Amino acid sequence: MTTLEIRDLHVSVETDADDGREILRGVDLTVRTGETHAIMGPNGSGKSTLAYSVAGHPKYRVTSGSVTLDGVDVLAMTVDERARAGVFLAMQYPVEVPGVSVSNFLRASATAVRGEAPKLRTWVKEVREAMGGLEMDPAFAERSVNEGFSGGEKKRHEILQMTLLKPKIAILDETDSGLDVDALRIVSAGIEAVRAAGQTGTLLITHYTRILKYVKPDFVHVMAGGRIVDSGGSELAAVLEDGGYDRYVKTSEPAVAPGPVVAAGAGS
Amino acid sequence: MTLAEQPGVTATPADPARTGPALATPVGPAKPARERTGGRLTRLRSTDPEAFAKPQGREEDWRFTPLRRLRGLLDGPPADAKLDVTVSGPAGAAVGAGVTVEQVDGSDPRVGSVLTPADRVSAFTRARADGALVVTVASGVALDEPIVVRIAGEGGTAYHQLVVDIRPFASATVVLDHVGTATVAGNVELRVGDSGSLTFVSLQDWAPDAVHVAAQAVSVGRDARFRSFTVTLGGDLVRLSPTVTYAGPGGEAELYGMFFTDAGQHQEHRLLVEHGERSCRSRVTYKGALHGDGAHSVWIGDVVIGPVAIGTDTYESNRNLLLTDGARADSVPNLEITTGEVAGAGHASATGRFDDEALFYLMARGIPADEARRLVVRGFFAEIVDRINVPDLAERIMVAVDAELDAAEGARVGARSPVASA
Repeated sequence: MTTLEIRDLHVSVETDADDGREILRGVDLTVRTGETHAIMGPNGSGKSTLAYSVAGHPKYRVTSGSVTLDGVDVLAMTVDERARAGVFLAMQYPVEVPGVSVSNFLRASATAVRGEAPKLRTWVKEVREAMGGLEMDPAFAERSVNEGFSGGEKKRHEILQMTLLKPKIAILDETDSGLDVDALRIVSAGIEAVRAAGQTGTLLITHYTRILKYVKPDFVHVMAGGRIVDSGGSELAAVLEDGGYDRYVKTSEPAVAPGPVVAAGAGS
Repeated sequence: MTLAEQPGVTATPADPARTGPALATPVGPAKPARERTGGRLTRLRSTDPEAFAKPQGREEDWRFTPLRRLRGLLDGPPADAKLDVTVSGPAGAAVGAGVTVEQVDGSDPRVGSVLTPADRVSAFTRARADGALVVTVASGVALDEPIVVRIAGEGGTAYHQLVVDIRPFASATVVLDHVGTATVAGNVELRVGDSGSLTFVSLQDWAPDAVHVAAQAVSVGRDARFRSFTVTLGGDLVRLSPTVTYAGPGGEAELYGMFFTDAGQHQEHRLLVEHGERSCRSRVTYKGALHGDGAHSVWIGDVVIGPVAIGTDTYESNRNLLLTDGARADSVPNLEITTGEVAGAGHASATGRFDDEALFYLMARGIPADEARRLVVRGFFAEIVDRINVPDLAERIMVAVDAELDAAEGARVGARSPVASA
């Protein structure tokens, strides 16, 4: 049983200006093994910032608050240490790494996360099965990481990594974006398979409710203006489906309006 | 530099900031240049060192080279040392059947049959070298194993000349392996006979204090195929000038190169492909990684398509990866077209820093930063190394790249530690 605790997290994005711009303004969230949380919200509400901050992207600066994994300070860890501690981020825009084959990359990351090189024979089988589950051609393993991949291939590749790395906490940043119906079904099945194993807590970041038809969340949170402004069960997704984010954007307005509490960087 | 200027259309390439000055003003009475191409990028050629004015450092051909570190090679000092030159099959085995190895004197007609010196050092090399080593692969012979010419420097100043003659319909792989240390000037002439095939690997695996200046010229016969790998890892100063000419239509040349330039090293590759025949193809792909203060690489990629060379298909590219601050990569592609009908002609040059997003991506999968950097750099060079069809050599090159990266990581950690302890 693992618990990711995010407490009063404030994050600014690094800019050329000295102070930066505050994106997250006090996020509280707890994710436990076996739970699936969906974070929804309009563009610019801070969803991706939350994901990248937990993963440790250097562009984002945590100005206050805490992130812990079973009580251990995640924010003090380097990016690779976080991954080895069990935090996984499926990226919205996976990065191309020319010349590094998928098979080499997967093996290097599995070796790092597991702390030892997987045994070759079982590894080959493991990769083949995981790729089969995501309906990926075996030839895929010989291509360079993300180079020339279609949008759907990139997302499958992310979920393939999640399948093999078996993270304690998986953050999926808009994994559903840019997928057609078939690809969405395949990718969702991959996420479900990891979830069904019961060893992973999942944080699903999305704009749209359609992926929630395949991956049922236990909790749905609405993010607006850098905070979680509403939380509920999966029924909240249905409400959002009908009503959109308008009322949250409106109610969150006082938080982003210029005022003494949020004067720093607000409204920029 | 003295240039023979002839009328013709000059297609100037992209990157105007760099290529502008590359076409220098012609000075003085020009010596006859090669007539087949005859454009502005065509070089003066002569066996007389004094036909080339001694460079002062501002000439187009020499402006990137730190002349003072040439150890006097521009004055053609007499040789005061020998190179240890051996010719063998792989791992010291005998060369295969159909291969002749001779040491000939300078009057042998094969010496100078492909290469007429195009700079002062090359002309001095012709004058000072003790003849030439000639390796011939007989007509129709297809060798499975590479021929390895190993040149080991043992200090001092030395000259060498090598002629490789691939007779028609023969095919071979020749590895020119430079190790040790010396101040070396070399002339390498490669002839690929009609329908022949040559893979040529020139490995500059010098000790850190070597100085190496060499001209490497190939003549590609009718329907012949030439593929080269120029791998420069060591040396204090390395300046190579590979040139390609075609002796008939249908020839194909692929020139791959890679260099790993460390702090203080100067590694310069000056390529010229002269398309003077119809329907020939050329591809130039060079990749460099630079690390540390004062690391300096220079890549000049000149392609000339002459008036008769219709149906030419050419593309050249140079990519450089700057791993740290303080390193400098100069990259100058030049393309000169004097015919109206080319099948394809283009070039690309890009120099960039290490991709931090790629680093983040790999680290977000648990891979430590040093290993992630290694993966990226290995991946960067894989495009070149994976094509080298001599497995032992490809392995050795990757091991050397790893060693360079280890040294680079060591320097990185060393540079950081005062900060960490502060």
